[in-house]
Amino acid sequence: MNPDLQGRAFPPTPPYLVGREKVREFARATGSTSPLSLDPDAARAVGHADVVAPPTFAVVVQEATLAQLLAEPDAGIDFGQVVHGEQRFSYSRPIVAGDELTATLTVTSVKALGGNAMVTAASEIVDAAGEHVVTATSTLVVRGDS
Amino acid sequence: MSAAEVGEVVAETTYALDRGSLVRYAGASGDFNPIHYRDDVAASVGLPGVLAHGMLTMGLAVQPVVAWLESIADPGQAPGWVTDYQVRFTRPVVVDPEAGAEVTVTAKLAQVDDEGATGRIDLTVTAAGQTVLGKAQVRVAFA
Repeated sequence: MNPDLQGRAFPPTPPYLVGREKVREFARATGSTSPLSLDPDAARAVGHADVVAPPTFAVVVQEATLAQLLAEPDAGIDFGQVVHGEQRFSYSRPIVAGDELTATLTVTSVKALGGNAMVTAASEIVDAAGEHVVTATSTLVVRGDS
Repeated sequence: MSAAEVGEVVAETTYALDRGSLVRYAGASGDFNPIHYRDDVAASVGLPGVLAHGMLTMGLAVQPVVAWLESIADPGQAPGWVTDYQVRFTRPVVVDPEAGAEVTVTAKLAQVDDEGATGRIDLTVTAAGQTVLGKAQVRVAFA
């Protein structure tokens, strides 16, 4: 894959509106029993505007940025050869239903590793006011670099 | 306040996965890669079977920590929350069409910082007796 990708920044994604039922669906699909994620009244009772997304929900918003990376014409990344190596979420505050989130991806590192390549991409996710909510960072292993 | 000693196991949970769990996660997350629901596609790319999404395993593995934080919160107060969560995907979880798979999560309080305001919880996550997530660390802010 293309080493010049390192440092490349992508345009922000269109805003993603976090829906209450999407949060509840995601919570149920990931084994959550948290009243804060499932019950709007429970979330409001402790000061949240609506249900609180589980810690890995940011991947739903991040996904659009990874699609940008894979679609980059000169990236040389074959989706069929991509394996997810590492993932991290670093939050300033939890995601809550009603948030309108925008993600901006930067390729932070490209490394050769044997015959493979490792690309690390950080998606900075901010709310409608432009305040940081979470940075989602993925390391992808691209097999069989040519 | 952490309500536990460093080194203490604060939660242990086993999740049973079946193919329905993977379809549900595909829909919830928007990750429709067919290696997570089609045996023929999984086999064609050399996999031992249909795999759970790595992000599903990651998502499940943090839930015992969320539940623990809620269990130690004072009634009526916001519980502690997960501020940072990272994993390495070290081994795939193969989900048999009939037997499914089991993912076991053990969460241990590894570190308490800032005079008890924050801490780190380390996860051990196994399936079929083997570790599937490496360096699985959860940073939390206690209530």
